[in-house]
Amino acid sequence: MKDWRYILAEQRGTLLALALFLLMFTIYVTNHPAGFTPNVVTTAANKGVILALVAMAQCFVVLTAGIDLSVGMVFILANCLGSYIIAGSAIEITLGLIGVMAAGAACGALNGLIVIYGRLQPIVTTIATGAIFFGIALWLRPYPGSEPDFAADLADALTGKLFDTVPASLVFLAGVIVVVWIPFRRSLIGRTVYAVGSSDQAAYMSGLPVRLGRFSAFVLSGFLASLGGIFLTFITYSGEASLANGDNYTLFSIASVVLGGVSLYGGRGSAVGAIFGALAFRAIGDLLFVFDLDPLWQPLFQGIVLGLAVTLGAARLFQVRNRLELFN
Amino acid sequence: MTIQSSRERHSFWHAIAARIDLPIVTAFACIIVLLLVGSLYSENFLSPEYLLQQLKVASFLGVIATGMMLIILLGHIDLSVPWLLTTGAMMASAATAYGTAGAILAIPFGVACGFVMGLISGIGVAYLRIPAMIVTLAMNAIAQGLMVAFTGGASPADSASPAMRYLATGELIFGIPNAVLVWAVVGGVAVFVLSRTGFGRSVYAIGNREGAAYLSGVPTQRILMFAFAISGALAALGGVLLAGYAGKAAQSMGDVYLLPAIASVVLGGTSILGGRGNYLGTVAGVILITLLQSILSVMQIAEFGRQIIYGVVIVAMLLLYGREKFTR
Repeated sequence: MKDWRYILAEQRGTLLALALFLLMFTIYVTNHPAGFTPNVVTTAANKGVILALVAMAQCFVVLTAGIDLSVGMVFILANCLGSYIIAGSAIEITLGLIGVMAAGAACGALNGLIVIYGRLQPIVTTIATGAIFFGIALWLRPYPGSEPDFAADLADALTGKLFDTVPASLVFLAGVIVVVWIPFRRSLIGRTVYAVGSSDQAAYMSGLPVRLGRFSAFVLSGFLASLGGIFLTFITYSGEASLANGDNYTLFSIASVVLGGVSLYGGRGSAVGAIFGALAFRAIGDLLFVFDLDPLWQPLFQGIVLGLAVTLGAARLFQVRNRLELFN
Repeated sequence: MTIQSSRERHSFWHAIAARIDLPIVTAFACIIVLLLVGSLYSENFLSPEYLLQQLKVASFLGVIATGMMLIILLGHIDLSVPWLLTTGAMMASAATAYGTAGAILAIPFGVACGFVMGLISGIGVAYLRIPAMIVTLAMNAIAQGLMVAFTGGASPADSASPAMRYLATGELIFGIPNAVLVWAVVGGVAVFVLSRTGFGRSVYAIGNREGAAYLSGVPTQRILMFAFAISGALAALGGVLLAGYAGKAAQSMGDVYLLPAIASVVLGGTSILGGRGNYLGTVAGVILITLLQSILSVMQIAEFGRQIIYGVVIVAMLLLYGREKFTR
């Protein structure tokens, strides 16, 4: 069996992200005053899972060799919408959840339609649609707030601990991988997305459903971003149309995807890698708190660590075999 | 004989069509439409004072967009504009506090800071071959970290030097604001460099296909590196002007300039993939964006409505003329 070498090479990015996450998280936990307790892990997991969902959303589009600069805004829109409609009786809450997810998917579908049939570049399209999504979010929630009968029980259940040990959010994330990512990866559409990312023309010539694949990637991206927004609503109990938050999540999702070994040139990497990239990114941010650094130096430290990690992960200088490859 | 003349007529129309650039014509037509729409709301809209005021506001964006255009022509993107702009503003203001020599050197010092940071991004892109989106994102985070650590997170106490104020608000020639003159100089140099020098030709060549440019003997890496340095310097110059206009620098003063800069370059017909674009288009894009923002605020539309209209207008205009050719 020589397959393991191939599998290792294919999963190298994901494994590196996992290693980075384990390293960072070990340093974090061993230096944390409270140590490795369920509470510490749950708090870290809740923050990590939000970013992980948004990073997964980014990953789908990046796999097609595009980029989605509106994920953060879909995320904020879902948060604001969720703070209204995830409330009331059990049936209303269920309908509310479905409504938020549908809205997220619709945002992704709009991006996809403009990119595919409008033939615009994803980067400019999503900058513009991001402004639209943020405008709607601001219309819904000019001031932060939530409904009085907000589904707090559900929120507590999903952000709490199962059997007092395992963070429920991590179980939820694992569920998303099983229900969304694995079927996607094994389906024709999933293979099409990878093929489109590697070479659009070759995918078309092979008879793959290129447009459907690209469209699905955008729809799934919007859907996952809305899941992230729902989780933010569950943690904060409220909706807030914060421009800074939206921009930050967009940028962090790109950084997480790169840390997770997903190639920005498309066709390489996996959502699992993106998730570990997001968790590692969060762990880096949290390191500062346990080392008790002057808060003023935090942004600089975070910037430098992020810069180094991402630089080493993405530099093609160390990957090319032929000098001319550098230029194409 | 008839064939000959019809061919001549044919090439004549081609020559006309080649001269008239559809995006630029459309952009200027939209500017006129915007002015007419605005004049319906207010008599003052077509007055010379108002138009000069708009041109002055546009010139800050114009200087920044010039650097962005250079990078987009190369087929890359510069996301470090917000904090390089702030760095330029803060460093120039800080230098002012060091006596007469500081006040004299304030502007060059601020611009030099932007140049050096841009140069570092350029090394990352050109020599380490990291995607520009990642490098500039990291550089943005590092610049933010440096500035937060430097100012202590509060609004900096230093104010702009007299020279900076004069450059941003004064009038050298009767009636024409100095900021507009600065943009005219920057733009004039940009037009000359892009169309008449080897550097400019190389920029277009690299944007079209870097591998081919490299094989043709263009020092692509050096040009890439310096292009990012120039973009950084121009962002910092924009920051210096803004600080002079407002009297002092402020945290996150640059956040609102990233998307307008990209949008105005792209609306001006420069291909986001690089290699195609005209500076006149960028001028049109800058004026268009500034007028749009101004009209939306004159019409007293709430912030959410402005965001939505802003996004819709950009998508609509790009759908009009920014579409990729259908190739397969």
